[in-house]
Amino acid sequence: MALTKEEVLHVAQLARLALEPGEVELFTRQLNDILAYVEKLQELDTSGVTPMAHVIPVFNAFREDEVKTGLDRDAALDNAPGREEGSFVVPRII
Amino acid sequence: MEYEAIIGLEIHAELLTASKIFCGCATTFGAPPNTQVCEVCLGMPGSLPVLNQKAVEFALKMALATDCRINEESVFARKNYFYPDLPKGYQISQYELPLAEHGHLDIRAGGETRRIGITRIHLEEDAGKLIHSEHRPVSFVDFNRTGVPLIEIVSEPDMRTPEEAVEYFKGLRNILLYLGICDGNMEEGSLRCDANISLRPMGQSEFGTKAELKNMNSFRFVKQALEYEIKRQRALLEAGKEIVQETRLWDTAQGQTASMRGKEETHDYRYFPDPDLVPVRIEAAWLEDLKAGLPELPTAKGQRFQEQYGLPAYDAEVLTGDKALADYFEACVKEFPQPKQVSNWIMVELLRELKTQDAGIAACPVTPGALGKLLALVEKGTISGSLAKKVFEEMWATGKDPEAIVKEKGLEQISDAGALEAAAQEILAAHPKEVADYQAGKTKVMGFFVGQLMRKTKGQANPQLANEIFQRLLE
Ligand SMILES: [Zn+2]
Repeated sequence: MALTKEEVLHVAQLARLALEPGEVELFTRQLNDILAYVEKLQELDTSGVTPMAHVIPVFNAFREDEVKTGLDRDAALDNAPGREEGSFVVPRII
Repeated sequence: MEYEAIIGLEIHAELLTASKIFCGCATTFGAPPNTQVCEVCLGMPGSLPVLNQKAVEFALKMALATDCRINEESVFARKNYFYPDLPKGYQISQYELPLAEHGHLDIRAGGETRRIGITRIHLEEDAGKLIHSEHRPVSFVDFNRTGVPLIEIVSEPDMRTPEEAVEYFKGLRNILLYLGICDGNMEEGSLRCDANISLRPMGQSEFGTKAELKNMNSFRFVKQALEYEIKRQRALLEAGKEIVQETRLWDTAQGQTASMRGKEETHDYRYFPDPDLVPVRIEAAWLEDLKAGLPELPTAKGQRFQEQYGLPAYDAEVLTGDKALADYFEACVKEFPQPKQVSNWIMVELLRELKTQDAGIAACPVTPGALGKLLALVEKGTISGSLAKKVFEEMWATGKDPEAIVKEKGLEQISDAGALEAAAQEILAAHPKEVADYQAGKTKVMGFFVGQLMRKTKGQANPQLANEIFQRLLE
């Protein structure tokens, strides 16, 4: 199953990436190479294996419902692209 | 052509845990922006989510209360999309293996009982809050709400009218409140409702194209939005046009729904199991414990109200349709143990007053004890039933005790025959024509005499006694 250019553009759009025309060509080829490599896994017979969501057989890693002090607001905002009155400031999208 | 509406609801309920679903940050509403955040809920690299056990328990309680089948094993999945209120670029939710499936809720609408299917109940984290600047092309992001535990309750497309949809939503909210797992506050957004709605010609079995409605933060708006949408879709279908599958926002000010087209990307969430979280396994013993600890739910309480208090089914249903109202009723019956009378007062006077103020029972300034005292005053004959309504209004306005109001305003019923007789004689003397009428057999004028006496005594005359006195004087 080969990935088309349209699919690459769609994935790029979902990831909010703006690709140059040359990059679309390049990534289509590279992504197809990767998929072809991973496709080798399909050769394994997994008909007797239960699908698993996690690699280790561990269940119910819980925490108690206890409030813990989080980050100081200044620290939380340290990496913000913009900050104002305790809020992150981002470009308006609506 | 006759059309039939097909409605399904997706309800999001914030759970009343003290801390968030995957970290220890507080969930308090209304805290200053970004003061309840940490590395986990901000999605910082290297942080790891750990599941809050209480969130699972709360979700399981709801699943049990709605007769869902609980999956022995359930898995958290990442729902990937970009939006500024989602710091990680994905929301942790459940997809292929939700906590519970195949439940139902019975509702009453249009005089009949209908069973509405519940497709699934799953756990997920809430997103942050965006405030859009009114002056600049920017938005302010507050991540306090990010990671607050939510359950999403997805119904089957089983509802056929806006009324049924509202009854189902009310029923779910009521159960959430009975269980004490959500505060049900729709204005603050701790309970939210999205609706899917399509029309199809009556008798057709395939569904039509649906629209998804959002932004309806009250029962009234849910009803109005669905009613509007039925009209809009019917007009399109009758004009031979196609319905576009899209998300539409309810606009309260305009009283209509409007397309979100162009403002939202296509849904392509690329769900996959979250490798940071291990699966949840629900042991039978855990479920048994939870089941044993469930409180009395609306249906059972309604049944008990009929048996224990001898209430008609209708009264029981109205009273238990709101846990706070049911509690109010029971507290009032403790003070004045005549259940039917208490029920009448609550259902007529109290609910009318609440309705005019568009408020819930929590906003009622008359305590159940005070209402019980008022009813006892009527029972003892201290005040008449009609004056009791006035006293009730006064209690509502001032929050005062009924006895104090009666004393203050001198409203005690006059049951002193001597005092009433003197007044009655004056009335008869002033109305010779009516007296003649009465004696000629027009006994209807008795009502006139009693009314005059009531007026003279400002409503304080004991009506039964007044009747007796006039009868005696006129014979
Ligand atoms: Zn946190």
